[in-house]
Amino acid sequence: MARMKFLCDAERCIECNACVTACKNEHEVPWGINRRRVVTLNDGRPGERSISMACMHCTDAPCAAVCPVDCFYQTADGVVLHSKDLCIGCGYCFYACPFGAPQYPQATNFGSRGKMDKCTFCAAGPEQDNTPEEYQKYGSNRLAEGKLPLCAEMCSTRALMAGDGDELADIYKERVVRRGYGSGAWGWSTAYRDRQGDSFRPGSPSIEQQT
Amino acid sequence: MTWLKKVLLPALLGLVLHAGAHGAQAQLYQVPGQAPAASKDEVQIYMDRESELRGIVSIPDRKLSVLVQPEGREWREWRTSTLRIVAAVLILGMIAAVLIFYLFKGTIRIEAGRSGRMIPRFNGLERFAHWSTATSFLVLAISGLVVTFGRPLLIPLMGHDAFTATAIVTTWLHNFFSVPFVVGLLLMIVLWIRDNIPEKSDIAWIKAGGGFLGKGPGGHPEAGRFNAGQKGVFWMVVLGGLAMAITGYLMMLPFYVTDISGQQIVHVIHGLGAAVMIAGIVAHIYIGTLGMEGAFDAMGRGEVDENWAVEHHSGWYQTMRKRLGLRTPPRRHEIGEIDHHPAGAD
Ligand code: HEM
Repeated sequence: MARMKFLCDAERCIECNACVTACKNEHEVPWGINRRRVVTLNDGRPGERSISMACMHCTDAPCAAVCPVDCFYQTADGVVLHSKDLCIGCGYCFYACPFGAPQYPQATNFGSRGKMDKCTFCAAGPEQDNTPEEYQKYGSNRLAEGKLPLCAEMCSTRALMAGDGDELADIYKERVVRRGYGSGAWGWSTAYRDRQGDSFRPGSPSIEQQT
Repeated sequence: MTWLKKVLLPALLGLVLHAGAHGAQAQLYQVPGQAPAASKDEVQIYMDRESELRGIVSIPDRKLSVLVQPEGREWREWRTSTLRIVAAVLILGMIAAVLIFYLFKGTIRIEAGRSGRMIPRFNGLERFAHWSTATSFLVLAISGLVVTFGRPLLIPLMGHDAFTATAIVTTWLHNFFSVPFVVGLLLMIVLWIRDNIPEKSDIAWIKAGGGFLGKGPGGHPEAGRFNAGQKGVFWMVVLGGLAMAITGYLMMLPFYVTDISGQQIVHVIHGLGAAVMIAGIVAHIYIGTLGMEGAFDAMGRGEVDENWAVEHHSGWYQTMRKRLGLRTPPRRHEIGEIDHHPAGAD
């Protein structure tokens, strides 16, 4: 079974923000919620690089570990999803996430910040696949239709890639050899390297307890 | 409009030239730093970047300009393990200590027995301040602990759906009860701070082991309106409570004042403060109820038995004696009927 990952090739990203727009449009993400964003490092200086960043669907996901209500689960493809029915909007996943992925509809609502929203790898949530309810809460479920995330599918420079991690790594390595340089896959050491745990879902012992 | 031409135009021009210079420089630096990889096996895919990486974003949410924040890992360790261990050890440890103490020492009695004559100690406003903070504290403590320990303890019992419903209610209660907590806290500061300034006699009180620990018959250390132990509770509640309120409201309004690492620190202070305060208050509740005969009256009905006052707050008792114009010495009653003061002159 594939292990789904994102890989952003910083040598190719041209900061066009098409991935951001595509994501917003595909899932009709409300104002103020940014499932994906492009961060530019060293803007205007030598070594400037842009990286398209969203939830990386970590192996041992910190959001899932700290969630007080245990609302996260990981699919067999390694995609980290959550249940908006269980989420209480405490905001802890944002404190733990290395990538700033979790988003909230409210800055504050005296405590609750509304149901958390984040990139689903276009795999939506625990609702029945491709139903209006699922779309309403989590956006579209392209994975269930056999398609990959739209952000990566429409990246014009193929900087952002989504799919099986081994294949992505292979493509990336080939690129680096051909062009003679490359600074590595952003976020990979943080997201994927630490521990190779099994999938987890609400109710099952989480990875922190297994190890 | 001349200032516009004089100031703004050169400034703008400078900006454009500046940016242009950077662009030219960037071209010069196109050659990457590392040696090219000859084969795919040599290509490094994992980069070890332990430090925070911050760039710029074009969306109006500045906190998203942080690309990677490795501090999240430490905060995760704190939240999933350290906090739970510290809180459990402190709170359960204190409960155990209090139980053991009770088994060995039992309730500290009023040695002379109740006199039956009551001395006013806390007026209505003072008791309102105390109970406003005290009841809110209990609600805050329990609702907070539900968030801390619900996942390992309550979800296995009640399931995910019921726990989410519970947690929504408890977080709502936690937010709501912060208001009477703070109101009472501020009142207590205003009403009691002058009686809680540390003084010389506090040292003697501590050396003598207080009114609770090392006391032999007749050996009550002297104390004013508040003894050193009570002063300790006062300052713990005031300083701790203010810290809890400040950090709590910062968590209620996340990112208004501080950034992600600030929010993490705020949470750590709040959690640690909660553990310390709950443990401290367990001891406080014990002394005020089961642990010491006659103590609850002070906050319950607002007046204390004269003999209790003599034994635990002799300094304060002398002042009150003068103020109330008491002439007879305190009586030694075994079980006397209660004689409220100031009611009949002696
Ligand atoms: C003015 C007073 C206070 C305010 C505004 C406040 C606010 C908060 C907020 C916003 C949270 C985050 C939880 C969430 O949103 O789900 C929290 C957590 C918590 N609070 Fe308070 N709080 C206050 C006082 C207290 C007091 C007095 C205690 C304990 C005696 C306490 C104990 C806790 C605990 C244990 C947590 C959970 C920490 C965790 O497990 O992550 N709080 N508080």
